[in-house]
Amino acid sequence: MNKKTKFSQIPGSDSIQQFQLDNGIQVLTFENYNADTVYVIGVLANNGGNEDPKGKTGLAHFTANLLSRGTKKISFNAFHDQIEAAGANLSFSCSSRNTWFRGKALAEDTDLIFRLAADGVRNPAFEEVYVERLRRQLLAGLALRDQDTSEVASLLFDQQLFQDHPYALPVDGFIDTIKSISRDDILGFHHTYFSPRDLIIIVSGAITSRNVEELTRQYFADWQSDRIIALPQQTIPPAPTTINRKHRYLDGKSQSDIILGSFGPARTSDDYLPAVIGNNILGQFGLMGRIGRSVRTESGLAYFASSSVSAWDDAGTWDVSAGVNPENTAKAIDLIRLEIKKFISEEVTPEELSNTRSHLVGRMPMALETNAGIANAILTMHRFGLGLDYYRRYNDLIYAISPQDIRSVAQKYLHPDKLVIASAGPGEDIS
Amino acid sequence: MIETHTLDNGLTILTNEIHHAPVVSHWIWYRVGSRNEHPGKTGISHWVEHMQFKGTEKYPLNVLDAEISKVGGMWNAMTYLDWTTYYETLPADKLEIAIDLEADRMINSFFDPKETELERTVVISEREGNENEPLFRLSEAMRRSAFSHHPYAHEVIGEMDDLRSMTRDDLYTHYQNYYTPSNAVIAVAGDFSTDNLIERIENRYAAIPFKKVQQHPIAPEVQIEQTQNVLIEGPGDTLFLEIAYRAPAAGDSDFIPLMVLDSLLCGPSSLSMVGGGSVSNKTSRLYQRLVEKDLVMSISGGLQTTIDPYLYSILIIASPGQDTSQIISAVDEEISDIWRNAISDEEIDRAKKQARALFAYGSESITNQAFWMGYSAMFDQPTWFENYLENITRVNRKQIHTVAQKYLQPNHRVVGIYQPTGNNNHE
Repeated sequence: MNKKTKFSQIPGSDSIQQFQLDNGIQVLTFENYNADTVYVIGVLANNGGNEDPKGKTGLAHFTANLLSRGTKKISFNAFHDQIEAAGANLSFSCSSRNTWFRGKALAEDTDLIFRLAADGVRNPAFEEVYVERLRRQLLAGLALRDQDTSEVASLLFDQQLFQDHPYALPVDGFIDTIKSISRDDILGFHHTYFSPRDLIIIVSGAITSRNVEELTRQYFADWQSDRIIALPQQTIPPAPTTINRKHRYLDGKSQSDIILGSFGPARTSDDYLPAVIGNNILGQFGLMGRIGRSVRTESGLAYFASSSVSAWDDAGTWDVSAGVNPENTAKAIDLIRLEIKKFISEEVTPEELSNTRSHLVGRMPMALETNAGIANAILTMHRFGLGLDYYRRYNDLIYAISPQDIRSVAQKYLHPDKLVIASAGPGEDIS
Repeated sequence: MIETHTLDNGLTILTNEIHHAPVVSHWIWYRVGSRNEHPGKTGISHWVEHMQFKGTEKYPLNVLDAEISKVGGMWNAMTYLDWTTYYETLPADKLEIAIDLEADRMINSFFDPKETELERTVVISEREGNENEPLFRLSEAMRRSAFSHHPYAHEVIGEMDDLRSMTRDDLYTHYQNYYTPSNAVIAVAGDFSTDNLIERIENRYAAIPFKKVQQHPIAPEVQIEQTQNVLIEGPGDTLFLEIAYRAPAAGDSDFIPLMVLDSLLCGPSSLSMVGGGSVSNKTSRLYQRLVEKDLVMSISGGLQTTIDPYLYSILIIASPGQDTSQIISAVDEEISDIWRNAISDEEIDRAKKQARALFAYGSESITNQAFWMGYSAMFDQPTWFENYLENITRVNRKQIHTVAQKYLQPNHRVVGIYQPTGNNNHE
């Protein structure tokens, strides 16, 4: 490291400021003056696709996307006129568990982000004309999704793995359900699920914590809600016990996308870090790890073939994806299953472990380079209860994990004969 | 501050010391891309890029990528119209690996025949993945129409027949010609001291002699002679419409005014290829005219910084059955409105502020800072980047009128339509 370096970027409990408003809103801020910008994340928990009523899949997503389409105070055009004139960005989105806003602006325009984010979340107009226009845009998006081999394979995978659990369903819905959602459904969803108690705001950028607190109070302090929502208990189904092979034919395609895997650890589980390290060796490190080496480098079967671990607070998946010529699909699946077999039967080598450890630790400064990276890291620590010094302890946590830990976690979640294998592209359906 | 150094063998080194994080980003750029390719050998530059990961004596296959990854580095490579680039962003104290690796593979890559054959199917697989996308098919057909002889007529990935027929020797000859210090630019940004860095690079590259690149003359194409229509049919329930006009080269004084015009029509675009942020386009003229009037689902503009005149494209996504002539008329009316009527200062100032904000977002990342320096050097001078904001600020309404009239003419464009034939997928 150069002597001139002034690196104080790893956020920790002494540099992250926290406060809470009386209505329950929690705010975490990090001052960063490396660039004249700010990044703001708002997460509304218990407010995502999992809350969609039966037959209305996509309602939470529909609602979130309407938050920037005019409020009771400001029209659609005025809303975007202000954002775009400032060269800022403010978007609302939705995942299975949460509704989000993300804003980015020059520091001088932070007020604008807070004002419009608060207005969008609290006072959406849900005007009929914008409901219908967005409906057409959502349907156009779904028409594209239904032609995309990777998206169709991924949907098929989720449906087979999660079965009756809401994670089996796409947050953006289906053509039929989007058509069936009414303005009243949207008003009802907003009324029921939007509450300050569930809001967490994270800010990183060239702004003082004091200033962030003032803005939060100014735009959010008078938001009151007494609603308490009893969320239904949703049980994750058991992992597959055999090979569950599905294929969906898509017309006019040159290539199939394959996704295969099973459940992985939740983000809060002790299994998470061993899985992340193991996964890096299996299908990430260098040119897509062992799987990339087998399927791409040594066999020339695919442009991409890699593995990934996705984790939430109650579940996770561990999967491998690849894009291959239909003639090579079976061969690629065999090679991937062979790698999974090796991965659970033999410990990773000391060299592999050493390389992956230094990789994961070494890349951290890059992940924390931008305000978006810092804000996301703070959110991860906070949401999953990892402690605000998690990234300062990260080095020790990574080095504490042994080859035995990795193998036992791999054996717990992966088995070459117990997988959902989904694909989409040319070739007859397998259903 | 950007500094430029040139070694005796012709290698250009651009540096920018930034000390806010213990990170460096090292990019090496070669002036070779699809622009330097000929019929029968299309896609060769991109395939050579793939072969650069197949090993040298010092960094054999599977060692090369691991060397960067094991120190936590991010690395990748890209091939485009005018250039090929390789980058490594890594902890500041590991920069030596990037310097040594890139110097080594500038001249020592094996191009092993067996590995070449394995990579042939990988590149074909990459092309097949592209072919899955309706927009790739439309884009490929439109570029063939938009250029009569210039190599920009074909996609960077190359024609399938060429990917099947090119030989290991074709690839190696291409590599030996273009991968040489005088055809390369190294751009490094981040936590280092410039004097020390230059010395290290000089020491490592000193043994590679100057060599002149064999260039084939490439005649730029200026005007699209007459309107050309391209119709592609294919599965799906989405209509794509692309309108492409000839655009000026990036070094042309018309380029920055056209960028501002694009911002007015379709919303601001970041030129960065490594992220950094975006600004939405809901108040842009064509969004207001087309999306807010329920004619189409989305619009976007595309302008590339290139050595020779390329294309400025307006891409529209609409529902099947939508009347394409009605959409095209609406676009033409909006453009003729710019020709005829005054553009407000407020609208121009907005475009300038958007450019400033996008520039600030990009500057948060050291990878982006290094990207910009080398990228600018590929189509103009590294100073293009330094002067970018100032040049945007200088754009006036007269220039915007001029470029609108000069480039956005309905009789000199390619209009491409991807007409969906419905969905034969199984449910």
